[in-house]
Amino acid sequence: MSVLVNKDSKIIVQGFTGSEGTFHAGQMIEYGTNVVGGVTPGKGGQKHLDKPVFNTVEDAVKETGADVSIIFVPPAFAADAIMEAANAGIKVIITITEGIPVADMIKATDYIKDKDCRLVGPNCPGVITPEEAKVGIMPGFVFKKGKVGIVSKSGTLTYEAADQVVKQGLGITTAIGIGGDPIIGTTTKEAVELLMNDDETECIVMIGEIGGQLEADAAKWIKENGNRKPVVGFIAGETAPKGRTMGHAGAIVGGSDDTAEAKKAIMRECGINVVDSPAEIGKKVKEVMG
Amino acid sequence: MNIHEYQGKEILSSFGVRVQRGIVAQDAKEAVDAAKKLTEQTGTGWHVIKAQVHAGGRGKGGGVKLAKNLQEVEEIAGQIIGMNLVTPQTSAEGKKVHQVLVAEDVYYPGDSEPEEYYMSVLLNRATGKNMIMYSTEGGMDIETVAEQTPHLIFNEEIDPAVGLMPFQARRIAFNLGLSGAAFKEMTKFVMALYEAYTKSDSSLFEINPVLKTSDDKIMAVDAKVTLDDNALFRHKDYAEMRDTREENPVEVEAKAVGLNYVDLDGNVGCMVNGAGLAMATMDLIKQAGGEPANFLDVGGTADAKRVEEAFRLILKDEKVKAILINIFGGIVRCDRVAQGIVDAYKNMGDAIKVPIIVRLQGTNADIAKELIDNSGLDVHSAVEFQEAADKVHEVLA
Repeated sequence: MSVLVNKDSKIIVQGFTGSEGTFHAGQMIEYGTNVVGGVTPGKGGQKHLDKPVFNTVEDAVKETGADVSIIFVPPAFAADAIMEAANAGIKVIITITEGIPVADMIKATDYIKDKDCRLVGPNCPGVITPEEAKVGIMPGFVFKKGKVGIVSKSGTLTYEAADQVVKQGLGITTAIGIGGDPIIGTTTKEAVELLMNDDETECIVMIGEIGGQLEADAAKWIKENGNRKPVVGFIAGETAPKGRTMGHAGAIVGGSDDTAEAKKAIMRECGINVVDSPAEIGKKVKEVMG
Repeated sequence: MNIHEYQGKEILSSFGVRVQRGIVAQDAKEAVDAAKKLTEQTGTGWHVIKAQVHAGGRGKGGGVKLAKNLQEVEEIAGQIIGMNLVTPQTSAEGKKVHQVLVAEDVYYPGDSEPEEYYMSVLLNRATGKNMIMYSTEGGMDIETVAEQTPHLIFNEEIDPAVGLMPFQARRIAFNLGLSGAAFKEMTKFVMALYEAYTKSDSSLFEINPVLKTSDDKIMAVDAKVTLDDNALFRHKDYAEMRDTREENPVEVEAKAVGLNYVDLDGNVGCMVNGAGLAMATMDLIKQAGGEPANFLDVGGTADAKRVEEAFRLILKDEKVKAILINIFGGIVRCDRVAQGIVDAYKNMGDAIKVPIIVRLQGTNADIAKELIDNSGLDVHSAVEFQEAADKVHEVLA
């Protein structure tokens, strides 16, 4: 088992023939991911990276039975791409694109809320189930198969955490990058819930940062549901000043609730094994897994 | 992107939101001309001179003053332009004022007492929807109101599919205790304000105060407007409103070369790929006994040119006693980054006078370490995150 993506996922790439789409789709295929085709409006009928190109997501779904999509479409058109995927019946929509206008995301999340789909991202590194499917831009070799699930807002910090876990002789079930924007699809709580319900996952690493309430919501859910699996947590941004955006549009301390200190306090109260140093994530996982 | 009050009011006005009228001036003479013109246009006798800087609380620092005649306009504008305005939202040195808004006096006497309200439009991150937050307690710091009298703050959440509905605007006007002509004016004001917010792709409107005049007009006396940077591509005219004089000069320079940099007060500079890892690295610097001097995300391509640009930015800060470079090489190979660091270091010659700790992890990390260690430069290399922290501790000791 694993969550969101596995070896049987049929994956299409939206924004397939663009430079980002081409490079990362190539890397995904090389990893062994089951990429069944891609979508670029106006280029339907062509072949790209030996896979069929379609004009619409609908065509791609009809022809290939695709159930997962990864989006590399430029920011001005990305929200539309999300809605197109949802409309065509894609079940898991992973959006890598960074810089989508907030107003567009408000519309897109509202449009997809009643559809049978799950959005991951935007502005995220994607999702990887090691040795089965890499649906994202992460370096595949860092992630070895194992029993630890990872949920994170940040790309390179996810790789860092996975690397530390692997160096402890452990491995990853699925790593989910949820993204650093103010509006995202799958929340920390929802991603944690998926991993809690995954039989193979024995421990969860939850990496957050300043801004918003996502980690606090997840922590409260974990406690209410009886702390079924050990969770190791880290919040980046202890040293970030108030009122300044730190790289991610969502990483900004507004009120007193979204500082790193406040979040860590709530997480500790909810029984999460919080580490203060980002260098201690792997060690802590080893310790709690015994 | 933040803009000035006068620019925010221009945007509001273009969508039919009534605002306190004014003319911007760069010096005392221009201010007098502006005042004369404004009197012709509006009939105002008195004028309010308002410093235009990107910071709230301007009145508290002496940046907003009433002028009762043209001589006072000249005097006050002369005092405010060029001053370093210190407000609760600026640093202790304050912000230099380059221009003032000469505005009409809207607190004139009449049939009823003027009333002030608070109103903002913003994204509710928890629901992913916009909301209008408003209060009867206008003219005050909203955080104080939230703390002392939270029951006087109201929210109206807006459905993304249908937008703000007239009944919601009426509810707002009722909750503010309005009736008659002022009630109708307020519903019009709120509808226009929300239209301005969505059509301008703003991420924050804060109107404090919204004023009911003595003759029952509703208007924005102040306007704090933040535009969504991601949406500026569809508003070229707004993009030109950027005033780089209001920003940190090093941050402006960083932005021009595509680097994401935030200036901080500490003594250890850092250069990292990825925002989350950059924040984590700053935290680690603190735990190692230092203080981060900056946030700097060099992004995915850390080649010699970018590394050199990043070095130059960090070294502008004289407080920097050491630099920590932390790159997790995934798609980008560590040996390439290491080569970039060595090349940048050599190109810059003697400009680098502080110790540098380089931690490269990921693809070809071993080759990269060897490259750094054999370069003959004053660079300490590390592979593990903790090792990097220990080295920072060592060089600061």
